[in-house]
Amino acid sequence: METKDLQNIASQVRRDIVRMVAQVSSGHPGGSLGCADFLTVLYFDCMKHNHKPFSMDGKGEDLFFLSNGHISPVWYSVLSRAGYFPVADLGTFRRLGSKLQGHPSTDKKLPGIRIASGSLGQGLSNAIGAAETKKLNSDDSFVYTLHGDGELQEGQIWEAAIYAAAKKVDKLIATIDYNGRQIDGDVEDVMSLGNIGAKFAAFGWIVYEMDGHNIDEIKETLAKAKAGAGKGKPSVIVMKTEMGKGVDFMEGTHKWHGSAPNPEQLASALSQLEETLGDY
Amino acid sequence: MIEFEIFGNKDTRSGFGEGLHELGKNNSEVVALCADLIGSLKMDAFVKDFPERFFQAGISEANMIGMAAGMTIGGKIPFTGTFAAFSTGRVYDQIRQSVAYSNKNVKICASHAGLTLGEDGATHQILEDIGMMKMLPNMTVIVPCDFNQTKQATLAIAEHEGPVYLRFGRPVMPIFIKPDAEFKIGKADILIEGTDVTIVACGHLVWKSIEAAKVLEAQGVSVELINMHTIKPLDKETLLKSLAKTKCVVTAEEHMRAGGLGDSVAQVITTEFLVPQEFVAVNDSFGESGTPMELMTKYHIDSQDVVDACLKVISRK
Repeated sequence: METKDLQNIASQVRRDIVRMVAQVSSGHPGGSLGCADFLTVLYFDCMKHNHKPFSMDGKGEDLFFLSNGHISPVWYSVLSRAGYFPVADLGTFRRLGSKLQGHPSTDKKLPGIRIASGSLGQGLSNAIGAAETKKLNSDDSFVYTLHGDGELQEGQIWEAAIYAAAKKVDKLIATIDYNGRQIDGDVEDVMSLGNIGAKFAAFGWIVYEMDGHNIDEIKETLAKAKAGAGKGKPSVIVMKTEMGKGVDFMEGTHKWHGSAPNPEQLASALSQLEETLGDY
Repeated sequence: MIEFEIFGNKDTRSGFGEGLHELGKNNSEVVALCADLIGSLKMDAFVKDFPERFFQAGISEANMIGMAAGMTIGGKIPFTGTFAAFSTGRVYDQIRQSVAYSNKNVKICASHAGLTLGEDGATHQILEDIGMMKMLPNMTVIVPCDFNQTKQATLAIAEHEGPVYLRFGRPVMPIFIKPDAEFKIGKADILIEGTDVTIVACGHLVWKSIEAAKVLEAQGVSVELINMHTIKPLDKETLLKSLAKTKCVVTAEEHMRAGGLGDSVAQVITTEFLVPQEFVAVNDSFGESGTPMELMTKYHIDSQDVVDACLKVISRK
């Protein structure tokens, strides 16, 4: 897809995100805004996937696992804009009885979701399992994941990182949302992760870096990662992002990790984000 | 006279190993994962004959459970194997989110449960696992009583769609379930019919209850023994039918009183048919090192404890 078209989708996704969290005064806009460009490229340009009908087994399809489930607004918006469910459903986010739970789940059968996430650190293991099943099924498709950088403080991530390298899970492309922030402040202050790329490299992964707000660079890096996959090593992309990207007062702080804008703040945010595809 | 044909002596974990191997032959979707305990879980035969469907996770139980959940996406039926302590408490959150809440078709197979793990001591002797697992929505909890039944249960859970916790153990015990017996998840077996007291037991306590029933029979007490191999969903129908006859119940299990089979039975009787109940279970205590049989005696989950509980509950009628 053309870069301009992807930018337009990402802009609408950002509008969806702030509107969704504002209407229920809860949710996680910061990380969602930061990953809008990446998830837009992944679903609209990179992955081979079908939404009608949605198949839990996803045979012959690329799969995506959102390990940091709290950025559900961006995933829900991208899924609906990609056709998995009506965009009007975004208006039910976090409301009683909604398929769009606070954190992604399968129990309400929202198309596009294959496993629950929210308690951090589990998505990489889930994705490795799915990749192993694809191998057994002679299914050559890719498995993608997204993780928060703070999430890398969970030990299970590193159990999974050891496994994927040791057992040559090589159709796996993980991405780290490297925004440097977590709930209690900067990752550097809360518990520094040191050099994330070097850590994964030491664990035996192929490491890429990219700017998570440059659509062309995202496209190119994902293409490179796909081309380099299948040779016995898992891949990880360390994606530099800005939490809150696109809304000036949400950028440069961890404050908007898990809090929603009030009506005035929402109006200010929407004035900065072009409505390209029509609001839900 | 209470008599059971004995088909030899084996550990329940070996029943799991044989069942898993048979599944390997008959169901190409079955895969197995293990966290560095192939020998202890008796998974050797599966590993040898179906190496492409075996996944060695190393000492990384959290990753193993997460992987197993992911492997169901695409149609595999994963069986995970490690000790009960590491199959539950260590990975509760992974089971809760990735398996139970996500309703994935994962079979969590747990050996060395309870005190009868023996000499390794309390770090490994988990007595809370049934409670933890039965509290999870979507989870089926099964505690088979001997080698044959563990094998039958292993085969049965592959046919059941949804998460299952299968609990078995290490000690060599008599085999008294027929090799061709039918195993139906959620349908209890009445092993002995009687009129004075109902014993509801699971796992190794079923054999201990048979021993107890023989002692009681010699004293003129007629015992009805229910092998409640499925803790969840509990076979209320069989239980209530028996209680209508005997009007009292003893529950017997190798587990903590809190959260175990006895709790599940108590919930039924307090809400549907109130009769006196006595518990044979470990009472709010960790275990310790010792031989399995020494530990069962010391922690009051032996056949004599079942006898005492039966006499007491009858006196409370």
